[in-house]
Amino acid sequence: MLRYLTNRVVTAFVMVLLATLVIFLIANTAPGDPALAQLGDLAASNPEYVKAFRAKWGLDLPLWERYWIFLKGVAHGDFGISIMSQRPVLDDIRDFAPATIELATIAFLLSILIGIPLGILAAVKRDSWIDHVARFVSLIGVSAPTFWLAFIMLAVFYGWLEIAPGPGRVDPIALLPPKVTGMLLIDCILAGDWETLRDAAAHLVLPATVLAAATLGLITRTTRASMLESLSQDYVRVARAKGLPEWRIVLGHALRNALIPVVTLGGLAYANLLTGAVMTETVFSWPGLGRYTFRSAVAVDFPAIMAITFIVAVVYIAINFLVDMSYAFLDPRAVKR
Amino acid sequence: MTAVALPQEVAAPASSRRRWLRRYALAVAGGVVILFWFAVALLAPVISPFNPEFVDIASRLQPPSYAHWLGTDALGRDVLSRVLYGSRISLIAGFSVVVISAVFGTVLGAIAAYARGRVEDLLMRLTDLVLCFPPIILAMAIAAALGIGTTNTIIAMLIVWWPKYARLARSLVLVQRSQEYVEAAHVLGFGHAHILFRHVVPNAIGPLIVMVTLDLGNAILVFAGLSFLGLGVVPPTPEWGAMVAEGRELVQQWWVATFPGIAILSVVMGFNFVGDGIRDWLDPHARRR
Repeated sequence: MLRYLTNRVVTAFVMVLLATLVIFLIANTAPGDPALAQLGDLAASNPEYVKAFRAKWGLDLPLWERYWIFLKGVAHGDFGISIMSQRPVLDDIRDFAPATIELATIAFLLSILIGIPLGILAAVKRDSWIDHVARFVSLIGVSAPTFWLAFIMLAVFYGWLEIAPGPGRVDPIALLPPKVTGMLLIDCILAGDWETLRDAAAHLVLPATVLAAATLGLITRTTRASMLESLSQDYVRVARAKGLPEWRIVLGHALRNALIPVVTLGGLAYANLLTGAVMTETVFSWPGLGRYTFRSAVAVDFPAIMAITFIVAVVYIAINFLVDMSYAFLDPRAVKR
Repeated sequence: MTAVALPQEVAAPASSRRRWLRRYALAVAGGVVILFWFAVALLAPVISPFNPEFVDIASRLQPPSYAHWLGTDALGRDVLSRVLYGSRISLIAGFSVVVISAVFGTVLGAIAAYARGRVEDLLMRLTDLVLCFPPIILAMAIAAALGIGTTNTIIAMLIVWWPKYARLARSLVLVQRSQEYVEAAHVLGFGHAHILFRHVVPNAIGPLIVMVTLDLGNAILVFAGLSFLGLGVVPPTPEWGAMVAEGRELVQQWWVATFPGIAILSVVMGFNFVGDGIRDWLDPHARRR
């Protein structure tokens, strides 16, 4: 067990180190020129300005030296200054991250709380109407473009039926609670501000549903397939022969073994939600990391792009690590291999 | 009244035909949708009522009408014509990403599994490295770095796309390589490359085909997403993702963004249906599920 753990930790660490190299190479060997992209036509036509700009941002140093500077910075949590906002990138990210974490977590809970029961029901009542409903829901979720689904939800529930609030996190006139965690729901509860809490929760419904759609589809599908597999195992037949009630067979015996692939997928799905947030937040004007990523990419703001890609990669690696660890608990056989 | 034994038709019992139909109806429907979009892509210049890039400010943002079946966008361009033309770039992008990365990834994965040792370690660490990034974010970073344009976006997608094929091909070949027929081929004196690509790969290709079909829809979806974010095509080229982006704030003029989105949805669903069908057909074990 200890060897397995150290092995995984070392692998994860090496991965993080390699990730910095990849990100650095993408940002620094690409043909797009941040100086020209940032300065505008007039300034870019003046070689003096361009030179000064390059010197200011260290763009004139040799490649390996810049990598070393980048790596030293990363070790200190310093990702440089965003060219777009002229602020330390980490400060930008710290400001925008809570909105995304809040959105992604609610979406994740939604997709798990609906997806797993739906998958179980679909497996237990195979070929019934509920199975078909589950199949249809997961298919739409997997096939519909997130950005389009976001638009449709806004157009129907905000533009047409007028039962949902528009884009943004709260009403423009709402009074925001004092910032503690940056996550509005929590901050409102801490401040006891129930009015704003209701408003913020209402603003969360549409984007969280859209963001949950793709994940919900995947989780439903995987749960169903995995449940069918474990329901056909011998130990289930034994449990039936013992005369156990059906719900105990399903929830006690079959589900526990069926959850392993769902856990793997769930971990990856949470990391993918951070990606899906790019589309959802752009449509819903959600002031989170996704919209920040999009704007940095369009402005070719390399320090910001590097930092986001790196942080998301670290989250990815960390989640994979946690998934591996949870295997060890759910299925001790995995460690031996 | 005398009982007459009438000849009964016994060939294919209705129940089995019905079962076949129920099993593959969705796959057939998906295939029809895909063929439809292929035909549209080929015939776009013939069947489009208007030039997709023709700007007519006087008739901007008109709702669907007899002249403009799907309405017009903010520049007065015909939405139907743009949707029809948009199929071209989506299909081209989807196919080039998936086919190129499937071939490249399969060759690398197959070599890794066949060679074992150092080569395998190196190639698999490389795939792990790419896979440790979320695909869309990495593709976005690369596309932003390369500059906006269809080719650059396809290149960016290729860089993040091939590793899953390398992994799948490796695991498939690992299973095949311990089979007796490989040994037999060795005994017969065939070379490594011949055995790998003429014997092992064809035997392992089933799951790859399933993955390619399901992946086509996914690639089209991601390409449209990157276009939506402004990284795919250069305007005014008609492209579905970019069209949704142009209409995303026009909640009252819903037709601008709705129809290109339906086009994406239908193509992606088509490929998913066909992929599921092929999987059921190739894998009798999964068929019962």
